[in-house]
Amino acid sequence: MAKLATKKISPRYRPLSQIATATYDASAEELKTYYRQMLLMRRFEEKAGQMYGMGLIGGFCHLYIGQEAVVTGIQAALRPGDKVITGYRDHAHMLACGIDPRAVMAELTGRAGGISKGKGGSMHMFSVEHGFYGGHGIVGAQVSLGTGIAFAEKYRETGGVTVAYFGDGAANQGQVYESFNMAELWKLPVIYVIENNQYAMGTSVNRASAEGELYRRGESFRIPGRQVDGMNVLAVKAAADEAVAWSRDGNGPILLEMKTYRYRGHSMSDPAKYRSKEEVQKMRAEHDPLDQAKKRLFDDGILDEESLKAIDREVKEIVADAADFATASPEPEPSELWTDVYA
Amino acid sequence: MSTDVKEAQAGMKSQTVREALRDAMAEEMRRDPDVFLMGEEVAQYQGAYKVSQGLLDEFGPKRVMDTPITEHGFAGLGVGAAFAGLKPIIEFMTFNFAMQAIDQIINSAAKTRYMSGGQIGCPIVFRGPNGAASRVAAQHSQNYAAWYAHVPGLKVVAPYSAADAKGLLKAAIRDPNPVVFLENEILYGKTFDVPEGDDWIVPLGKSAVVREGSDVTLVAYSIAVGQCLEAADALAADGVSAEVIDLRTLRPLDLEPVIASVKKTNRLLVVEEGWPTCGIGAEVSARVTEQAFDYLDAPVLRVANADVPTPYAANLEKLWLISSEKVITAAKAALYRD
Repeated sequence: MAKLATKKISPRYRPLSQIATATYDASAEELKTYYRQMLLMRRFEEKAGQMYGMGLIGGFCHLYIGQEAVVTGIQAALRPGDKVITGYRDHAHMLACGIDPRAVMAELTGRAGGISKGKGGSMHMFSVEHGFYGGHGIVGAQVSLGTGIAFAEKYRETGGVTVAYFGDGAANQGQVYESFNMAELWKLPVIYVIENNQYAMGTSVNRASAEGELYRRGESFRIPGRQVDGMNVLAVKAAADEAVAWSRDGNGPILLEMKTYRYRGHSMSDPAKYRSKEEVQKMRAEHDPLDQAKKRLFDDGILDEESLKAIDREVKEIVADAADFATASPEPEPSELWTDVYA
Repeated sequence: MSTDVKEAQAGMKSQTVREALRDAMAEEMRRDPDVFLMGEEVAQYQGAYKVSQGLLDEFGPKRVMDTPITEHGFAGLGVGAAFAGLKPIIEFMTFNFAMQAIDQIINSAAKTRYMSGGQIGCPIVFRGPNGAASRVAAQHSQNYAAWYAHVPGLKVVAPYSAADAKGLLKAAIRDPNPVVFLENEILYGKTFDVPEGDDWIVPLGKSAVVREGSDVTLVAYSIAVGQCLEAADALAADGVSAEVIDLRTLRPLDLEPVIASVKKTNRLLVVEEGWPTCGIGAEVSARVTEQAFDYLDAPVLRVANADVPTPYAANLEKLWLISSEKVITAAKAALYRD
């Protein structure tokens, strides 16, 4: 019995979960691309917020402002043919997949030119062509669905990986763990990305999660986890590269917890009284993903004030054009009520 | 009346429902490499009710997969695989356990085609035994036909005979829409004639007159068709000619033969091994009232299980269940002969 203390620890019990510290060494061109993409997401979402206020967008509308580095960094690590699925805070994911901003904005306004012909709305958008499988309104559902998409990739031996994004709220859903179990059991090529923006609607992670370190949530299934600074696009990209390589090489799933923050309320109707203005202000001032990228662009002498302004103008035009299209596009024909129920 | 162990006709073979279902899956899996079977105990155990007997041997573990006991998770996984273009057959050990998975069946499988403006299909079959087995009490004896038939985007099938079970399952697997395929444990061991060959398909959405008659129409699906056929035999001995219609598919519901029959008999019973409230019987009754009110000489009557949870005690279970006797009594009431 005395020997017990010196007993060798099996390598199977190595720490699966780690805090990631690496950052990606981006080229000037890459850095510019990331910045431009994040700026597009932010301006797009700001415009969506305005249009919601004007009554042009109805129902629920969940904005991504503050979290742009997450989807930008992850998407940069994927290659064509890889698949993506997420929850209802999905506008930026669509832009990151290269989907036409016009089709996304027109879906928000419920018009015929929307990507779902106006029948899905903010929470239910898809583009098979771009490998984007939604856009799902039920918290956590996309985790099982994404695991199934990865199952199909493995079944067909495509070499593709699937990214399933979900929030810190969804991280407590039962089906997430059912999916983790099967994904590791069957070594499915799926990357689980928890976008931990710290509030599931109005409930902070610590009020809802017995284990608040969400990157450890795969441990019981032997799924490795990494906690990542989700406000820094280069940290996200570095972690995403590692995760994608892990899954693509046939090692099964991996879990990335992106520590991030949304500046706006949960949805447009949320005044966000569960947190202080100072907390939000501090995140914006000290961790904003766009400011961080912009600073790098400046410090490294990649862009000057003038070229930044040019990017600004270009993005503004894209967003204005999308808004115009979404306002001008007609409502769906009444006959569309009855289509697309069955094949 | 029993159709058990009777001599097969030319071009037909005598088969149990269990074997017919297995053959349907095997034939479709041979035909299409995208079809796979997944569920609890479907592979090494050969199916909790032995419906997947032999499939693991023929198709291997890639296409016949045992899952953990996680209905919500593997139903969602199957739907995701179907979104990506595979054609999963998801077996629920019984549909009672599919309640854990019903969100994925309804919110994801049924609605995504519509929500995506037609971009994403879900060619999946959810199958397994539904309704009461024997002496397994309330949590293992529920009929979910009305639950799923309520939902646009789903197709719902509930066969009675082995020939229909085979032909409809093959059609369900080939269908590009999500299909809920409701089997019945008690019928698994029942023998019927099934056409030989691997090209026997029964189209979804077609009900069938399984016995012709002129005095009263008995409409049913799944195991209740058997009780109606028994009742029709007994009624015939009493001078009453009952027509029996098997709905076979519950969504889309094909009521044309029912309306035609009501125009002939002017009397309708809907028989259902399930609860009466908001059931398939209620739906048939409503539609017939809308479409053939003037032809009815008596109110449409429902014969259904008692509107309480399923009891365990043998005598109470018998009282709870429908029976041919209850069908006979109701038929006589519709004919004002009681």
